[in-house]
Amino acid sequence: MADLHDDKIKFLEEKALAIRESIITMLVEAKSGHTAGPLDMADIFTALFFHLLKHDPKNPAWEDRDRLVLSNGHICPVYYATLAHAGYIPMEELMTLRKFGSRLQGHPHRDFLPLLETSSGPLGAGLSQAVGMALADRLDRGMATHRTIYCLLGDGELDEGQNWEAALLAGKEKLHNLIAIVDRNNIQIDGFTENVMPLESLRAKWEAFNWHVIEIDGHNMREINDAVDQAKAIFEKPTVIIAHTIAGKGVPEFENDYHWHGTPPNKEQGEKALAELRTLGGKITSEHQ
Amino acid sequence: MISLNPKLFDADVEQVPIRQGFGDGLLLAGKADERVVALCCDLTESTKMDAFAKEFPKRFFEMGITEQSSASVASGMAAMGKIPFLSSYAMFSPGRNWEQIRTTICYNDRPVKIAGSHAGVSVGPDGGTHQALEDIAITRVMPRMVVITPCDSIEAKKATLAAAKTNSPTYIRLAREKTPVVTTEDTPFEIGKAQIFYRPAVAIKVGIIACGSLVYNAIMAARELEKKGIGAVVMNIGTVKPIDREAVVTLAKECGAIVTVEEHQVAGGMGSAVAEVLAAEHPTKIKFVGVQDQFGQSGAPAELVKHYGMDTEGIVAAIENVIK
Repeated sequence: MADLHDDKIKFLEEKALAIRESIITMLVEAKSGHTAGPLDMADIFTALFFHLLKHDPKNPAWEDRDRLVLSNGHICPVYYATLAHAGYIPMEELMTLRKFGSRLQGHPHRDFLPLLETSSGPLGAGLSQAVGMALADRLDRGMATHRTIYCLLGDGELDEGQNWEAALLAGKEKLHNLIAIVDRNNIQIDGFTENVMPLESLRAKWEAFNWHVIEIDGHNMREINDAVDQAKAIFEKPTVIIAHTIAGKGVPEFENDYHWHGTPPNKEQGEKALAELRTLGGKITSEHQ
Repeated sequence: MISLNPKLFDADVEQVPIRQGFGDGLLLAGKADERVVALCCDLTESTKMDAFAKEFPKRFFEMGITEQSSASVASGMAAMGKIPFLSSYAMFSPGRNWEQIRTTICYNDRPVKIAGSHAGVSVGPDGGTHQALEDIAITRVMPRMVVITPCDSIEAKKATLAAAKTNSPTYIRLAREKTPVVTTEDTPFEIGKAQIFYRPAVAIKVGIIACGSLVYNAIMAARELEKKGIGAVVMNIGTVKPIDREAVVTLAKECGAIVTVEEHQVAGGMGSAVAEVLAAEHPTKIKFVGVQDQFGQSGAPAELVKHYGMDTEGIVAAIENVIK
């Protein structure tokens, strides 16, 4: 179990803030891309890459590493920014997002950036791949495996039937080495999830598919940490963590507004957003200013 | 000349379903390499995965009727170093799960092997819903995908073994019905290589390029034509992609006219692949034997093959038409 002291929490929160700043800067430069999801998943990406994941930025192909499958590939700005902050890619490369020849494709592609576990973008396919990885891991290492397969999903993409085919198989196979984390931000392109295609009761759906379900505040480092700890202690079932998040988290103008799902901030909006992030919405006067 | 079944021209030529060769090959591939795993969508006996499932129960995964997820599960297993074979009916895999194959297998560059059984109208009584006639077209259009269409059970066994040894996503097209055994264990097989299976003793007028279960009919048609003094060379194009460009062009140069024969829509199939090569490198008069923009239907396999003009008689007629 990973200990999480208060000073580590402070470190993680500051790292998440820095990653959010990178996301805004990247999107302004790219002039296209998704804003809401990357911002709201910054805390979970930070907790994973700076505390929970077994990984080695100096050896991305390390056989014993945990596997992280990003299913909703469109939130890749947070993935790329986290990889840069963790030392996998140079920080300045973030400014190449979505440009010709960049390793940072608009949706992740392993041909360009081989350290990615999967290419993604078309929704609903990540969980199946994670299930395949978990099955192969258990075939090779049995119940004593020390690798964990993580799959990060959007809530909107749960409309895709393929997820539920994969959920059936994971439940049947009791894949204890699999942790799915759903970004429950309640928005998708056309509106709020419960208007576009209701998902509730989301907990009951996963439970009916024989998954262990944990619901958390997806912006609370301790809750993220404790949920993963608990998931690793469940040997009878796969676990899904439903992470309740605020779409666009960190920038009040973007929060809970589905219009920011697939729109980047312009230069002016970006500068304002960076100021909001650095002052925590005006609550503190920062030396960054 | 390549050695073929010595009983090929006998009335009692041995007949075995092409899918059986896949099952035999998969078992051998599983014995040769423990990374080989098999996934099946509720058709284990029908797609001939049962021998592997019995021999290697831990490496066999019953997926239920989930072709879309299964393609991506196989991709995930390949990401962990496995060599997954996924089987279903061709109509459902690669039919229903095309985008999952494109994105999570080909785009991801994972060496998953898709075995699509029950391709073609020779599925018979089950009818048009179950007769895949578009699978070559939709697989060969995907970058990285290798497309193999074995002509008999022995070639299917060799193709399965060969596919297990490559790092490429691969589609292996299989048929349900018993098919005359054309090749022998000694007939060479190599992915990407076409072979001349029949060369008549009379003056050559046409080249027939055939694949899958219709290779036998193509050879029978060439024999009929030979009796009439019309020379037709028969080429088996076991791999539709990557296509053996050199062999196709060489045959066209020698024969001057080409007829392609496949149990598939003429649009986008093997014949189209041949035409793409010839149009670019050696424009040649060409005729396509196959299904002409129609769906299949219920009937006896031979009856359906005849109805859609793919029997020996239909091929002879197409050839007589092209050399007029």
